[in-house]
Amino acid sequence: MIRVELPAHLRNLAGIQGELQLDLAGPVTIRAVLDELERRYPMLAGTMRDHVTLKRRDFLRFFACEEDWSHESHDKPLPEAIAQGRETLIILGAIAGG
Amino acid sequence: MSSVRVLVGTRKGAFVLESDAKREKWDVSGPHFAGWEIYHVKGSPVDPNRIYASQSSGWFGQLIQRSDDGGKTWAPMDNKFVYEGVPGTHQWYDGTPHPWEFKRVWHLEPSLTEADTVFAGVEDAALFKSTDGGKSWAELSGLRGHGTGPKWQPGAGGMCLHTIVLDKSDPGRMYIAISAAGAFRTDDGGVTWKPINQGLRSQYIPDPKAEVGHCVHRIAMHPSRPNTLFMQKHWDVMRSDDAGDMWQEVSGNLPTDFGFVIDVHAHEPETIYVVPIKSDSEHFPIDGKLQVYRSRTGGNEWEALTKGLPQSDCYVNVLRDAMAVDKLDQCGVYFGTTGGQVYASSNAGDSWAPIVRDLPAVLSVEVQTLP
Repeated sequence: MIRVELPAHLRNLAGIQGELQLDLAGPVTIRAVLDELERRYPMLAGTMRDHVTLKRRDFLRFFACEEDWSHESHDKPLPEAIAQGRETLIILGAIAGG
Repeated sequence: MSSVRVLVGTRKGAFVLESDAKREKWDVSGPHFAGWEIYHVKGSPVDPNRIYASQSSGWFGQLIQRSDDGGKTWAPMDNKFVYEGVPGTHQWYDGTPHPWEFKRVWHLEPSLTEADTVFAGVEDAALFKSTDGGKSWAELSGLRGHGTGPKWQPGAGGMCLHTIVLDKSDPGRMYIAISAAGAFRTDDGGVTWKPINQGLRSQYIPDPKAEVGHCVHRIAMHPSRPNTLFMQKHWDVMRSDDAGDMWQEVSGNLPTDFGFVIDVHAHEPETIYVVPIKSDSEHFPIDGKLQVYRSRTGGNEWEALTKGLPQSDCYVNVLRDAMAVDKLDQCGVYFGTTGGQVYASSNAGDSWAPIVRDLPAVLSVEVQTLP
């Protein structure tokens, strides 16, 4: 079981209260997390990554164990603390705009 | 007894304003989708409880919301807008080629005959259609691919397809407008398109009479006169009486013919409304006086409508999708401002009063006249 925190707007959109818990069958990667999020909450498709290119949306960031994973490969295994649910994968909207 | 429902899109959410036919007391609900930009909200003429909303955000992209109960509850629909084939390039601001990239939906136009059919005008400019109530979208790519696409370029707000006008007398005919490409018409339901910009003259482009490149801000049509179109261009108010094949300027005695909105009275096809804005670099009314101008002669002769509107220190703008009319016997006219006011007139513009004063900047206003 891994833990994921979404931006407030996406929690509201998907009707999620608080932190999410996901069970992933294979390797714990950003791609696997996003795939599972979009499978469970289809309305989130396109809000975190482009429908076609699957590129991360520019104003969205990924943080794991206090490290910025925004520019890492989506196929790179996340830290063990994330995979074991001891730490939360944080998906964060950039602080920008008004 | 009839009633009206005003659908307002703002920079930070949607609002639904409802009143009986007197249009004196209003119930305000919202914000719906708080914190998101709501470019447009529009109800189906077939089923007034069916309402579509374009919800977008610089962070999270585009969503389409649908209500089946008149705006009380909403559900997200499909948000996958994918250009057909290889998107190609249009011109960037500096004239260099720039790849087509989907950014947002500016305008949703529900079908006049099918509640599940709705058209979406998007940035970068293209037209999409859904026939399943927004659950899936397909591009009508004949527009973008008809030949002049590589010459289109963005206006200040982006390269957006912002106007979709349907003709109830001819299901195959449709008009659209793009900033800054111009106006286009299809006569076969969107398969093929032709630019309809003859008669337009735009001093700010290299060839002022070019086939495309004109910054059309808005087109309006009265359903009983489907061949007569009215246009608010970047500068100039224009009119066509042959379905856009040729345009004539009807700015007449307007104090400035720059502006964004234009609309037609519900029962008088020659009565039209604009809100003159000072200039392309000063997007506010002249001398801080907010004035709607009305022509009862289809243009050229205009009168200022000021009663109830601020006549000093008013420096708001009225954006292109932010004016609408109701269909009650005494036609109501509505517009929203970037200052967050929504003004209503229940007497065809003779006098005005704000429904609300302090919303986020208003992007769009639509009206439903309910039985």
